[in-house]
Amino acid sequence: MKNYIKIVALSAVFLTACEAELDNPIEDGGVYTSGSVDFSNYVAVGNSLTSGYADGALYITGQQNSFPNILAGQFALVGGGEFTQPLMNDNLGGLVNGGTALPGFQNRFVLSVDGSGNPGPVRLEGSATTDITNILSGPFNNMGVPGAKSFHLVAPSYGNIANLPAANPYFVRFASSPNATVIADAVAQSPSFFSLWIGNNDILSYATSGGVGVDQKGNLNPASYGPNDITDPNVFASVYSQEVEALDGSATGGVLFNIPDVTSIPFFTTVPNNALVLTAEQAASLTGFFRAVSGIFIQGAIQQGVPATQAQALGAQYAITFSAGPNRFIIDVPVTQTNPLGFRQMTQNELLLLTINQAALRTQGYGSVALSPQVLQVLGKLQQQMQITPQEAGLVLAAVNGIDDKDSLDTAELTAIANAQTAYNATISNVAQARGLALVDARATLQQLANGGISYDAGTLTSTFATGGAFSLDGVHPTPRGYAYLANLAIDAINATYGSTVPKVNIGDYNTITASQAN
Amino acid sequence: MRKILLASLFLLASATTFAGGYRVGLQGQRALAMGHTGVAYVNTAEIAFFNPAGLVYLENKLNVSAGGFGVFSSVAWQNESTGQFAKTDSPMGTPFYLYGSYALTEWMSAGLAVYTPYGSTVEWPTDWAGSHLVNNIELSAIFVQPLLSFKINDVMSIGGGPIFVTGNVNFNRNANRTLTDLEGNRSNITVDDSGVTNWGWSLGALFNVSDNFRIGAHYRSEIILESTEGTATFANFPNSPLTPSNGDTSFEASLPLPAELTVGLSYDFDKWVFNFDFTRTFWDVYTDLDIVFGNGRESINPRNYRNSSLYKFGMAYAPSEKFTLRAGYYFDQSPIRSGYFAPETPRNDANGFTAGLSFDISNSFAIDASFLYVRFKEINESYDYVDDGSSFGGTYKSSAFIPGIGVTYKM
Repeated sequence: MKNYIKIVALSAVFLTACEAELDNPIEDGGVYTSGSVDFSNYVAVGNSLTSGYADGALYITGQQNSFPNILAGQFALVGGGEFTQPLMNDNLGGLVNGGTALPGFQNRFVLSVDGSGNPGPVRLEGSATTDITNILSGPFNNMGVPGAKSFHLVAPSYGNIANLPAANPYFVRFASSPNATVIADAVAQSPSFFSLWIGNNDILSYATSGGVGVDQKGNLNPASYGPNDITDPNVFASVYSQEVEALDGSATGGVLFNIPDVTSIPFFTTVPNNALVLTAEQAASLTGFFRAVSGIFIQGAIQQGVPATQAQALGAQYAITFSAGPNRFIIDVPVTQTNPLGFRQMTQNELLLLTINQAALRTQGYGSVALSPQVLQVLGKLQQQMQITPQEAGLVLAAVNGIDDKDSLDTAELTAIANAQTAYNATISNVAQARGLALVDARATLQQLANGGISYDAGTLTSTFATGGAFSLDGVHPTPRGYAYLANLAIDAINATYGSTVPKVNIGDYNTITASQAN
Repeated sequence: MRKILLASLFLLASATTFAGGYRVGLQGQRALAMGHTGVAYVNTAEIAFFNPAGLVYLENKLNVSAGGFGVFSSVAWQNESTGQFAKTDSPMGTPFYLYGSYALTEWMSAGLAVYTPYGSTVEWPTDWAGSHLVNNIELSAIFVQPLLSFKINDVMSIGGGPIFVTGNVNFNRNANRTLTDLEGNRSNITVDDSGVTNWGWSLGALFNVSDNFRIGAHYRSEIILESTEGTATFANFPNSPLTPSNGDTSFEASLPLPAELTVGLSYDFDKWVFNFDFTRTFWDVYTDLDIVFGNGRESINPRNYRNSSLYKFGMAYAPSEKFTLRAGYYFDQSPIRSGYFAPETPRNDANGFTAGLSFDISNSFAIDASFLYVRFKEINESYDYVDDGSSFGGTYKSSAFIPGIGVTYKM
């Protein structure tokens, strides 16, 4: 019997010994080093970009491909521990509150093919099952809260369901208590390593709303801000420093991300501002129309007692000329003394939003003129040097169909965004330097994606909407491949800062957009 | 004995070494124990496989050899640039053989050989890093060959016969590196076919140089298994006209079982036997693994194999009437060119170390046992022809150990 046991034991050893074994197996550790950092308890803090949000929603497979989860997978090779995330309940992505759909938190986009065979983003149908009244028991390593701005992370009751809609339904799901702050819940986990990417929404919600909010520069009370406002840079600097200090307390290291330009996001770069493509005939007719507008304005102004030279000078701006080929759209701007009619042609750098009604641009004269038969009749009269009534003049002026503020970013709005962004990034860079933290220049990276792209083993990753591979179907958030690339950037920055040798992932292994019929 | 064995092993081990494609060289206990040699070794009915010309020289009227092997193989892979790693968890392979011969006259013997010279069973973890090349594959082919062997004169004999092959294949891999359905399940394709048949032949010649020295040559023809009746199953594809539909479709593919030419010699002296075989396998027939699906999709996979050589050495020693001890060594050159190293047949150059023994229970009945340990060098290799233009590679290390048992009967 003894011998029998020996034989069994020996054969077991023998069988194991005969398994293929690499000389230096990654599995056994020792191939990579963690440098001066302890990766055992990584906590990620931020907004949608940290949560893994993509395609206009948060859903399970998106979360599995969040950049912190990808990072944690690599950290596992250098002593990283388990990485938990407040996973959604499904891959639809919508939110419900006590059984009723929460407005504004719809299902994800998928690439769906319409009846005429054209693929495009469509919200996936189906009843979402993630009910925010179902509070998850944490803590969670991924503390990314979609929609959060810098000051939200330190705002008590941001996760209090009683405070909706001011509270954040995503944080409601996993706040440790209704009045907990995101930062406090993160710090309570005593992270040994952290990432913080916050501040995007402090300009982005303003930008994606077409600048309908207010630039709150100078207003130091974020409690008074509207949802689409730009956060004052001093408010940002103050809360940002406070947040990093809190996270860095227990940590042996961390990585910060700066804020990319809105102009490198397909949400703002997909619809060109010069998509008003005209034939020579159409151009001549449109030029004639605006000459008429200009004339009507000058005549009206003179009738109201404006000196003729001044009236002519003001009116000249409306005699916009068009040429065959692409022309920039007409945009509505605030009525001022220098622009009494409140419209003008877009300038080169001004942007249209992805959410603009593109059919209206193509077919309804949105961004130029909505020509009705009545208007055409008036124009005919003018051509024949006939007198027109004030009502007829009014018809012509009303036919100008400029692009609404909510659908575009004009120069003033872009300047406000850029100024705030520059200030935020200066803060982020200073904090990183002062505390010796790793810094990912997300701004430079997104510029690179927008200008030529980044090559990988099966092509080039670009920010082109839907096909470029980097951005998901909402035009703002990355695809899994985009997130993987961001994770690699973080790894580069971490290795350079802390002397670690964490390996990077192959971004070609990560998916881009998902094709599926919506129903 | 031990000294000689070690000395010869060391001598050979310094050379580069090999194993080839999906050829499984396990066609007899006694032959395997002697480095899988036998083209000129007239001993048992095993020669029905190694060189049917030798059947006519078997001393007994009826000779039967049968046996099987347990193949325990594994492959470890890792990629140091990404930190990915995986190990196969392949089930035990069980190649077998059955040979028989009957002396019809003094100068003519008939025989039958059933053997499994090609096969591969590799099971990687599902959705592993190389799952766009293979999740799992199972190939097997059974050869059935009636034989005739003629003694032409005192010096020379010939033998051969037609080969009937029936093969099975089951191969699953993911559609590409990233495609999933809405729930994140990887889109994948399984091709499955069984009972794929075709015909081939083999012919050998044996020369008696002297009473204890023989030279042999044996050629086995190429056989191409054309699969046309099988089923390809598309699974977990998203519900979209932009991607293939889920469900079954037909497929067409062909897999070549390459021709093989072996020449060798056998010398016996007192209680000793020494064998040397050289085999050239004409793998260059395996240029592509192309699968054309019934739904119009196709999968083109360049293989570009090259002809490979196999050098085999073996010896036997009979210390008593009842016992024979055997040992051998071979080195086997991989037919896979650099840059074509696909994880469905991840075999690089190999050293095979063999040993075995026979025990005669009676005058007519013996038990044979053998053992093969295949040692592969760790290798950095890649497959550079993935259809998205990418390359899949890393460090591979394979190992195989193969015990076998069989019986020999003669009357």
